[in-house]
Amino acid sequence: MELILAIGIGVLAGSGVWLILRPRSFQVIIGLSLVSYAVNLFIFSMGRLGTGLPPVIDPNNPMDVSAYTDPLPQALVLTAIVIGFAMTALFLVVLIVSRGMTGTDHVDGREPGQ
Amino acid sequence: MAFPDPSFFPLLLVALPFVAALALGLSRSDRERSGWVALGIAIVQTIIAVALYPQVVDGKVLSLKVAWAPSIGLDLIFRMDGFTWLFAVLVTGIGTLVVLYARYYMSPNDPVRRFFSFLLAFMGAMLGVVLSGNVIQLVVFWEITSLFSFLLIGYWYHNAAARDGARMALTITATGGLALMAGMLLLGHIAGSYELDVILASRGAIQDDGLYDIALALILLGALTKSAQFPFHFWLPNAMAAPTPVSAYLHSATMVKLGVFLLVLLWPVMAGTTLWFWIVGTAGLITLVLGAYAAIFQQDLKGLLAYSTISHLGLITLLLGMSSPLACVAAIFHIVNHATFKASLFMAAGIIDHETGTRDLRRLSGLFRFMPITATAAMVASAAMAGVPLLNGFLSKEMFFAETVETHTGTLLDRALPYVATLAGLFSVVYSVRFIVETFFGPDPEGLDKEPKEPPRWMRWPVEFLVLICLVVGIIPGITIGPFLATAVLAVLGDETPYYSLSVWHGFNTPLIMSLTALIGGIIVWLLIRNYARSVEGPPIMRMLQGQRIFERIMVAISWRLAGRLEKILGTRRLQSQIGVVLIVVLIAGIAVVLRSDMSRFTFPSVVPDPVFTLIWIAGIACAIGAAHQAKFHRLVALVLMSGAGLVTVLTFVWFSAPDLAITQLLVEIVTTVLILLGLRWMPKREPDIYGTDHLPLSVKIRRARDLVIAAAVGISMTLIAYFVMTRSLADTMATYFLELAYPEGGGRNVVNVILVDFRGFDTFGEIVVLGIVALSVFALLRRFRPAPESMERPEQQRLLMEYFGREDDPEVDGPRRYMPVSSIIMHWMFPVIVVLAAYLFFRGHDAPGGGFAAGIAMSIAFLLQYMAGGTRWVEERLRVLPVRWIGSGLLIAALTGLGSWVFGYPFLTSFFQYTELPIVGRVPTASALLFDLGVFALVVGATVLMLIAIAHQSVRKPKKRPGDDDVEDADEPQQQPAMAPQGDA
Repeated sequence: MELILAIGIGVLAGSGVWLILRPRSFQVIIGLSLVSYAVNLFIFSMGRLGTGLPPVIDPNNPMDVSAYTDPLPQALVLTAIVIGFAMTALFLVVLIVSRGMTGTDHVDGREPGQ
Repeated sequence: MAFPDPSFFPLLLVALPFVAALALGLSRSDRERSGWVALGIAIVQTIIAVALYPQVVDGKVLSLKVAWAPSIGLDLIFRMDGFTWLFAVLVTGIGTLVVLYARYYMSPNDPVRRFFSFLLAFMGAMLGVVLSGNVIQLVVFWEITSLFSFLLIGYWYHNAAARDGARMALTITATGGLALMAGMLLLGHIAGSYELDVILASRGAIQDDGLYDIALALILLGALTKSAQFPFHFWLPNAMAAPTPVSAYLHSATMVKLGVFLLVLLWPVMAGTTLWFWIVGTAGLITLVLGAYAAIFQQDLKGLLAYSTISHLGLITLLLGMSSPLACVAAIFHIVNHATFKASLFMAAGIIDHETGTRDLRRLSGLFRFMPITATAAMVASAAMAGVPLLNGFLSKEMFFAETVETHTGTLLDRALPYVATLAGLFSVVYSVRFIVETFFGPDPEGLDKEPKEPPRWMRWPVEFLVLICLVVGIIPGITIGPFLATAVLAVLGDETPYYSLSVWHGFNTPLIMSLTALIGGIIVWLLIRNYARSVEGPPIMRMLQGQRIFERIMVAISWRLAGRLEKILGTRRLQSQIGVVLIVVLIAGIAVVLRSDMSRFTFPSVVPDPVFTLIWIAGIACAIGAAHQAKFHRLVALVLMSGAGLVTVLTFVWFSAPDLAITQLLVEIVTTVLILLGLRWMPKREPDIYGTDHLPLSVKIRRARDLVIAAAVGISMTLIAYFVMTRSLADTMATYFLELAYPEGGGRNVVNVILVDFRGFDTFGEIVVLGIVALSVFALLRRFRPAPESMERPEQQRLLMEYFGREDDPEVDGPRRYMPVSSIIMHWMFPVIVVLAAYLFFRGHDAPGGGFAAGIAMSIAFLLQYMAGGTRWVEERLRVLPVRWIGSGLLIAALTGLGSWVFGYPFLTSFFQYTELPIVGRVPTASALLFDLGVFALVVGATVLMLIAIAHQSVRKPKKRPGDDDVEDADEPQQQPAMAPQGDA
């Protein structure tokens, strides 16, 4: 399981990085989203993987820490998801406005060679 | 301790001017009031300073320690002894006179509030240096004086000379200040403490230390630059572009005196070595002679005074360099004397400038008839500057001459010293005579801008007062300055205090002969060169010493050529290369970490991975690679594939026990996709590959290959690190703490939610603030923006629809009601369902997966669906969504919940909870965290909807006529914006 997820994280990150290095802003926005998936999964996996152990406490049974996964990376990733969404939205708007003002969707605001 | 505790007053002396400067700067005081406030503060300062005398007499020291950074052994110490008392009185007293003078000097067009504010702050910084009992603190204030002198010299910033002069002064003195900082750190390191009292007590340890030479050189660099000593003297004449009150203050009693102040302060521990003698003595001697020589050939009154100041500072420096206690006494005495006569001379020069409109010695003449009182005062002050008997300047100059006659080291230089000193004295007589005769005597001036006359009474008063001091000190020194000088000297020299006599007549001895030689010789030399001196621009021969030219050349080389060259090598305007560099650096750092870790336990899994999970990720990997491949030409496909990868992420969260993450990610996924879909409309049509498909240029191939290598390397490293960490077992972490306390302390069973709204509530608060800011930025960016003209044209799909359904409906504004009625109605009816879902997610959040974030996004999806189903126009006619209010109330609720805990005496955001039984609904948690979560919910709704609407409105805001519309009137704008109008567009 760990190996599959690790490879998945790697592919997401690699694809995202490739796109971030591309010249068109739409490619960058998709790339950033892919990278945030990868990073979120990466942070999440730092709490180790476990199935059927959601960190929702059953107050009727005595407290057993090993019966739950680590909630802290999850809390971190939850905020990261929301901030990532805000970042994507802001970037999208910057993209639209920059395109409207410069007439190009190249990340440098001008076509190469200009 | 009796009240008021006197040790508090040095701190007050430093703080009061800063507070007053800030208050004055922020207030709207007019010219009159600013002047009065500044004057009042300055008078209070002077009174405090003078009144502290009984506390420092007989070698007593006032000291107040305020904890600053105790963990690294740093305290703020405000300390006053006899010597610093004398300096503080000079700073405050002359400051008061300058403020009074400036009230009349400054033109009605000058913004005087700023002037007085800077002047007060400068006074505070000066006192800060003088009264520091900690050498680090001293350097900090030292640099503050550099900053405020920059602001004061550049006060008339519309004048290029003022700007250049200010910049030069700042560059030289602040650079010196940096050297001083390093020197002080070394000194503190040697002495084992940064406290001045400790340092002053460790003379032996400091002078024996191997670092003494370096520390001394660095400290001297700071002191000599500040006091405009050769070879750093050239900034001072350039600083004359400042308003004259500034020159009178900075270049008589304060700024330039700091250098010699520091030399006196550290004299007990640093002086006495050969190195000290050579550096300080040589710099002082050269400055003394060159400054006096250059002053003779100045045509500008203030220029003459500036070079004279340089020369007198050289004299003080030379005295200190001699390392004998008597010379030190003379130096302290001359600091005071020079401050009094030079301040009055600068102010007199300002009066002349003010009343005649010029400071050019060649244009001035015969002013004695027009302003006899000012002229008399200026003549007395000049005589003091020249060292004429019965004036204060004579006394200290006499002591100086006496010291030069004493043999100290027996070198050739030492034997030449009396002659050089006499020569410098002679020069000072020449320029003083020139100043007096050419300004006040001779025929009436011609061609002046205005008729000269006496200045206002109170503008003249500071000059008269200072001249009176020159006279009184010069005639009866023993009973006027005597006791105060003795106190100051005792504070510096302690047991080494020598016997000295402050009387006017010491008999017919060598110093007197030197004085007389200088006086008579000076007058003779003046008679010989008077016409020549008027005719030259700048001093002969010395013109070749071009410190200023060298300085400017260095500045150009560093800040222009070198910077430009570095930018050419290292800088780029291309984003891709910048990101590339960032990634490579991160990559190297990551690889370094991996290489340094213990890889021996790197094992491959023994268990076969779950086939379903494997399949899911095969799909996810395909989606990710597909998105990367398609993003250039097939944006929609790429978007769909990206969402596919997102869904795989959601499934992974579900698989590995993170239901909260899965819900939030899923909802965010929906909103993101819709947002990007809306944005797709405004992107330019992708033209076929500009390079063609067949033959890519080699550079492009290389670039792509390079990027592919970077991407692959990042991917592989991420895989390795993730795998490496995941296969390790987890040590005991904070998780235990959160898990154990979530229910008993936080009152929630969903630990993730409890962490967000309770344990780490403050972080969440910050996060929602960020979200709100982003939404407002999006709104602000799009508010006035109109899309690019070429994307105004209707897409082909819209045109087809309009042809088929008639042109009544604009599909871009009205949505698919006409041509997709079924889906449209279903979407309309989903509204209440989704609202209920959002409420459900919200209320269960504390105990089960859900919470404010998820509920907020779900709620915004409800609005979003309405926009999609009905179109902008239809929705906004029926539904008033006020996103900015949602954001505002959300923040307010969250903040108030946090503040609420203050009412009960708990820290910000302490939560309270209990369960309550409600009819029908049953047992619900009523934690205050729930209220906080409500704030989160409202803000997320507002922010998300605001962003969606801002982007959706782009299609509404178009010019009335668009290409592609032949006869259709587009709806006009104001009608379209009910939702947005109340908050911003109005």
